[in-house]
Amino acid sequence: MRKRAIVAAAVAAAVSLVVAGCSSSGSGGSASGSTITYWASNQGTSLDNDKQVLTPVLDEFTKQTGVKVKLEVIGWNDLQTRIQTAVTSGQGPDVLNIGNTWAASLQATGAFLPYDDANMKAIGGSDKFVPTALKTGGAEGKPVTSVPLYGLAYGLYYNKKMFSDAGIQPPTNWEELVTDAKKLTNGTTYGFSLAAGSYTENVHFAFINASQNGGEWFDSKGNPTFTSTANVQGIKRYLDLMQTDKVVNTSNAQYDNGVQAVNDFATGKVGMILSQNNADASIVSNGMKSDQYGVVPFPAPAGAKQIATFPAGINLSIFKNTKNKDAALKFVKYMTSEDTQSKLAKPYATLPVLDGVKPTFTDNAEEAATFQKIYNDMSKPLPLVPAEDQFENTVGKAMNDMFAKIATGSTVSESDIKSAMQSAQDQVKQSLGG
Amino acid sequence: MSTTTDVRGPAVTVPAEAAPPKPKRRRPKGWWLPFLLLAPAIIFELLIHVVPMLTGIWISFLQLTKFYIANWGEAPFVGLKNYAVALDFSGSVGQGLLKSFFVTVGFTILVVGLSWVLGMAAAVALQERFRGRAFFRTLFLVPYALPLYAGIITWKFMFQKDTGAINHFLFDNLGLPGDKPFWLIGGNAFWSIVIVAIWRLWPFAFLMLMAGLQSVPSEVYEASAVDGAKPFRQWRSITLPMLRPVNAVLLLVMFLWTFNDFNTPYVLFGSTAQPAAGDLISFHIYNASFLTWNFGSGAAMSVLLLLFLLIVTGAYLLVVNRRNRNA
Repeated sequence: MRKRAIVAAAVAAAVSLVVAGCSSSGSGGSASGSTITYWASNQGTSLDNDKQVLTPVLDEFTKQTGVKVKLEVIGWNDLQTRIQTAVTSGQGPDVLNIGNTWAASLQATGAFLPYDDANMKAIGGSDKFVPTALKTGGAEGKPVTSVPLYGLAYGLYYNKKMFSDAGIQPPTNWEELVTDAKKLTNGTTYGFSLAAGSYTENVHFAFINASQNGGEWFDSKGNPTFTSTANVQGIKRYLDLMQTDKVVNTSNAQYDNGVQAVNDFATGKVGMILSQNNADASIVSNGMKSDQYGVVPFPAPAGAKQIATFPAGINLSIFKNTKNKDAALKFVKYMTSEDTQSKLAKPYATLPVLDGVKPTFTDNAEEAATFQKIYNDMSKPLPLVPAEDQFENTVGKAMNDMFAKIATGSTVSESDIKSAMQSAQDQVKQSLGG
Repeated sequence: MSTTTDVRGPAVTVPAEAAPPKPKRRRPKGWWLPFLLLAPAIIFELLIHVVPMLTGIWISFLQLTKFYIANWGEAPFVGLKNYAVALDFSGSVGQGLLKSFFVTVGFTILVVGLSWVLGMAAAVALQERFRGRAFFRTLFLVPYALPLYAGIITWKFMFQKDTGAINHFLFDNLGLPGDKPFWLIGGNAFWSIVIVAIWRLWPFAFLMLMAGLQSVPSEVYEASAVDGAKPFRQWRSITLPMLRPVNAVLLLVMFLWTFNDFNTPYVLFGSTAQPAAGDLISFHIYNASFLTWNFGSGAAMSVLLLLFLLIVTGAYLLVVNRRNRNA
């Protein structure tokens, strides 16, 4: 029947319209001449700055291999959600940067390409990486699903002039840090600036402060142990910089990324900040020279464990369902090559992840040595368990809330912290099926 | 909402032929056209609303966490467990949901109520002809015409503590005593989000009520004025009853939009830093899903929200329709 045929055709047309809207655009093919999509994290002073730094490096890759790279730079507050969405929908980039602390969690999704023997060989072998850095690539006992790209560590930056004007020395333990910060705090300047509204920064310092007390966040089975006294007291110590020591401007509770705190430091509003070594780029772009500030390890209380950082950094992962596996592996090999690494080490101020390479991110030899020492000798890795990212999300958000409470005039006691940690732990437990 | 007029659609009328006794049904020419015209709407409705909704309900019975997210099919079936956790108000997950629910109820009452009052006041004020009426009508609709994101981002800037226009105006220009408060964190966050939501919503109430007022014949007002009715009495005894059908729909739509509001808290507070005082339920559910990759739990909360809204809507329509019938 003709009419029925018309109806059928109309329906088919409507359906195909919809389906076309949903279908993916990528197409297969051999490495040369193909295009891969690359999600880069925000490492420079701004998303635009990242594009400027990376574009010539990616053009060089295209010249060498004929593979085009479509670059998208993503800010830290969005990156994790973007990755989740990509994992869920299966519509992701070919290669992407991840915060190395998420490695075990993302590995557990099964959405990323394991660097097994063959793949590892294709990118130049595991021997080329610093072992500490490569260990962050995934849970122990499995082939890693990410390889190190940039190495980072936390340090305590201090303004040399403000310190000598106040007649103080850089602190070697927590008590000195608080005393120094109080001396630097007057009506206009503060001792410290914290990214107190950034969940990633907050959870990092919850971890580091708790670790100095000997606190653990997961037991050997991977179950959360957020509410231990060591953890609660570590968090309290960090919060108290704003709450009882009053050496942090309460406005910092709205600083949702680390760059805002770094800017305060570089413009002389505060005497100290805690930051990873990539802050150098932002500090210099604000007009502060590298001989005007010094870096010491983030100090622990007297008698506590000398832990100042975790081996932080950025890793590179490949989506398992990539249609350009060969090109993606070539790209990872290129990005982790000595040549590319040396090009990016300076603008991104990163520590080397390649074995036997000296840090070149700064002209300041003392700073380079300090960061290398912190990274090698004073670091404790974040838990390499599948629930790590949930620990970051729930505890980080709880920290944001507690800083907001303090900033708006409420008090946060140890029992408040404990109940906030209990609530975070319940959420993580539920998602683990407990 | 009209219930008395029964509008018949373009029903297919069978032409009265000379009644052939054979029961063979002959379709009239062009019988398929209505179906063809409806087809795209039905297909898209199914694809865009019904299928995702059913998928969501299905997910709420699964333990869909990150271990299974790349391959949904393998997620274990857990029955009502996700619901049990969400409704266990002694546990922290249920407690959080309950708190968020109460925040949302307060938020909805304030936003819908005040938006309606503002919209009604503006619509009545602009009912009379006067010079510049068109200008005000346009001006009042600006928030509704602005792109959502641009509008809320501007509010976000204005609400900043140290650099925002609001604190600058209140404390630097008007010289209020005391410290500048935070608007986007702590307890004030609730008032900030109420203000922004009203700013967004009231032009809609204004637009609907203004349209409704056009249908009230001016003779009624003139007659009542002759009888000595003052403006407030006219409003209470003529305007309100005549606008009842408009109000019935308007309040329901505003309630549903406001209770479900996701964009306002998401843009105003950012995806990671929403304060407890502004923890609206849609956003709470989003966080419950994405903070811990626990999509089964988030889906269960969504289904509970859907049920709640269905019950409220059903009860509301029942009451409104009964009143209309009695009127």
